[in-house]
Amino acid sequence: MTEIRSSATQPAGTGAAPARSDAQPVVEISGAGKIFGSGPTAVHALQGIDLSIRAREFVSLIGPSGCGKSTLLRLIGDLIPASIGSVKVNGKPARQARMGREYGIVFQAPVLFEWRTIDRNVELPLEISGRPAAERRERALEMLRLVELEEFAKKYPWQLSGGMQQRVAIARALVIDPKLLLMDEPFGALDEMTRERMNSELMSIWRRTHTTVVFVTHSIPEAVFLSTRVVVMSARPGRVTSVIDVDLPQPRTFETRESERYFELVTAVREALHQRDLDAPGARESNGDAARIRAEGYA
Amino acid sequence: MAAAPAIASATLLRGDVRSGLSRRGRAAAIAVIVVGFLVLWEVVKWVGGDPWRIHASILGFAINYEHFPPLKWAIASDLALPHLWSIIGAYGQPAVRFGPPVWQVLIGASLFTLREAFVGLVIGAALGLLLGIVFVRFRVLERAFVPYVVASQTIPLITIAPIVVIYLGARWTSVALIAAYLTFFPVTVAALRGLRAADPRAFELMRATAASETQVLWKLRLPAATPYLFSALRVSASASVVGAIIGELPSGIPDGLGGQILQDVQYYITGPERLWATLAAAAVLGMVFVGLVGLADRLVNRGRHQPART
Amino acid sequence: MTTAQPAAPAGPALVGPWASRLREALPSVAVFVGVLLAWEFSLRILGVQQFLLPRPSVILAAMVDQQADLSRGAVYTATEALGGLVIGSFLGICAAFATARWVSAREALLPVAIVANSIPIIALAPITNIWFGSDNPMSRMAIVAVMVFFPLMINTTRGLVEVDPAALELMDANAASTWQVIRKVRVPNALPFVFTAFKVATTISVIGAVVGEYFGGPQYALGVYITSEAYVFRYMNAWAAILIASAMGIIFYLAVSGLERLLLPWHSSRRQPAG
Repeated sequence: MTEIRSSATQPAGTGAAPARSDAQPVVEISGAGKIFGSGPTAVHALQGIDLSIRAREFVSLIGPSGCGKSTLLRLIGDLIPASIGSVKVNGKPARQARMGREYGIVFQAPVLFEWRTIDRNVELPLEISGRPAAERRERALEMLRLVELEEFAKKYPWQLSGGMQQRVAIARALVIDPKLLLMDEPFGALDEMTRERMNSELMSIWRRTHTTVVFVTHSIPEAVFLSTRVVVMSARPGRVTSVIDVDLPQPRTFETRESERYFELVTAVREALHQRDLDAPGARESNGDAARIRAEGYA
Repeated sequence: MAAAPAIASATLLRGDVRSGLSRRGRAAAIAVIVVGFLVLWEVVKWVGGDPWRIHASILGFAINYEHFPPLKWAIASDLALPHLWSIIGAYGQPAVRFGPPVWQVLIGASLFTLREAFVGLVIGAALGLLLGIVFVRFRVLERAFVPYVVASQTIPLITIAPIVVIYLGARWTSVALIAAYLTFFPVTVAALRGLRAADPRAFELMRATAASETQVLWKLRLPAATPYLFSALRVSASASVVGAIIGELPSGIPDGLGGQILQDVQYYITGPERLWATLAAAAVLGMVFVGLVGLADRLVNRGRHQPART
Repeated sequence: MTTAQPAAPAGPALVGPWASRLREALPSVAVFVGVLLAWEFSLRILGVQQFLLPRPSVILAAMVDQQADLSRGAVYTATEALGGLVIGSFLGICAAFATARWVSAREALLPVAIVANSIPIIALAPITNIWFGSDNPMSRMAIVAVMVFFPLMINTTRGLVEVDPAALELMDANAASTWQVIRKVRVPNALPFVFTAFKVATTISVIGAVVGEYFGGPQYALGVYITSEAYVFRYMNAWAAILIASAMGIIFYLAVSGLERLLLPWHSSRRQPAG
């Protein structure tokens, strides 16, 4: 089996990313960390994160519960401030990027406002930016067309299924035409069939909008199917353990899921996650220790 | 269980879906209970009240009915518990000699009191909502003042009312203020809960789109709070009717229901059924006002909820 | 850009528990002291309405001066309030168990109770005075009991009925008897609802007792005392009695809150609100 894994000590961002080499990365994180609480009960949610994401990449963050992947996403979005290090989006500090409304976000739940119709839900970010009504309306309908829900524009959220609501949430995130799209396990609450369908739809949307995507998930098949790179994380403290380039051809279709390369990559990611198992408990065991533990048959 | 709001109108049977009755069945059951209560009323009088002597003619038929109850209960006497038909009859009699009938007077009094209650509700609700918004925005103020907001409700209204009335004059506006005093508290409590009740991720979304605090208030907090606010308004509606009636008492404003009650108490010996007739009118006023608030609720929240809700 | 921000303190980990509680209480204490001082001194300066709203020092003096009458009245009115509270709550809870048990009873009785709750029950005070005699504390106790009955019944019923369906399924899977379900699931679920209503009921009970006394009662009863003192313009005495009545309500409320904290330490209302 070909060795495709890059080790944890190499800086992230090497490898054949399919994006054209833009002047600056869309997301640049160096030495970032996040600590909750203080003193002996402090929680090191994230430590020593270095990550660089170029334009039009699709990067997944995958890892077990508590590895900080959602926290990292929120650091990028300046929903939580970093304790140390720097987070830059579009070349500026994360906070400035947020104030400039330069990204869209989708959560695990659709988080639609139940008192607004679908089109008014999609319009929300434009309303907050103060765009005029006509422009908002047109843009919202355009986005609804993108997710194929334009005939539901005047309905209320409760009238749509969970998968449809999530598509509306995606439309809302894209309505400001952001360069960056943050997604926090958006399909986690859906059943497997719907999830695979949504994955394909997301791929087709991504191809059309050319956004950069940072995608948090705990599903290995989903991460491999969607991404150009998979960032594997582990917990206690939250950190990046490896980055795996996904060199599957574009466009990703249902056939992709049945290719041999796909299975190889899924296995690689799974093993990268298990590697993490051997390193825990305790944060700073060296690779030597990990090798010794494996050799002694504790794997 | 997650933060289920204390909404009186929410489905009461959520844990127990064996809903036995249709809407018509439910109306029938309520009617049965009300009728049962009225029947019980007369049964109590039949068993332990004053002697029944009915000599009347209805539609040409003469009725001579006499009955001597076996027991003697003070509660069931004609003075304490008039017959239902004399209460109903009281509505038709002239309130004062050669004056308009009681039902007409009571409608006028009810409208007078309704005006006080309505104005009181509007002022109280506005104040309560404003306080809620300020407290949510500035936590320090919340910690500083909420204990006193709570404490203010423990001051018996009847003791404030005379002072307010003397200071501002015995007019319906003073009574409206007294009603406002009673109504602002449930609204404040509901606002404090409702303004914070939205999904935390919705707040994150607003932060992600760099919304200002004012935008968050208007676009997220307030719409999310409306179920809580309307539920509190229902409570406030009945409280403001009570406040208006009681507010009228110390000043003796004769035009409202409170004044009418005072009068009926004064002349109770001569006509006990009058007081009951007035009390029934006050009850109806309370129900009507609460019903109006419920109607407003449904109008404001058209389309928003699943129609399956009770 | 290096953002070396200190992490937000996650509660009283570093500061002692008393110190943080003091910090929490500081704003409201500051307000209390501030208002008291402002009241005391601004009236001196403005000479405003001193007979309607006497200075705190004057009210305090009246409290001391009238302590015999005030304590007698307080005890009398407190008895009415507490008696009505206990009777009404007990009956309300019993009624709730009955309506929770039979679905059809619930669908009929609960709407009636909700509607009845919107009726100005205090207006029945003259009637109870006639039934029991205006010098009889039972008269006010009855009013308070009725006022307290409906919120208790409505809320307790909701608490008994609005149970997570998954919890009921779990009990079914363990072949639990109806009585076991009631004891282990419904009653604990209902307790927060009961306490919410009970807290509201404490303030209702004091108000009901005092207002009921307006329609008649012995001379020393707190409500009668307040209005008769106000009538002869001895406002400092009236205010002293008002404050005592309020203190009564607050004490009842705090007692119930304390009981709640004892019985329900796990409840989410303890937690800080989000947003």
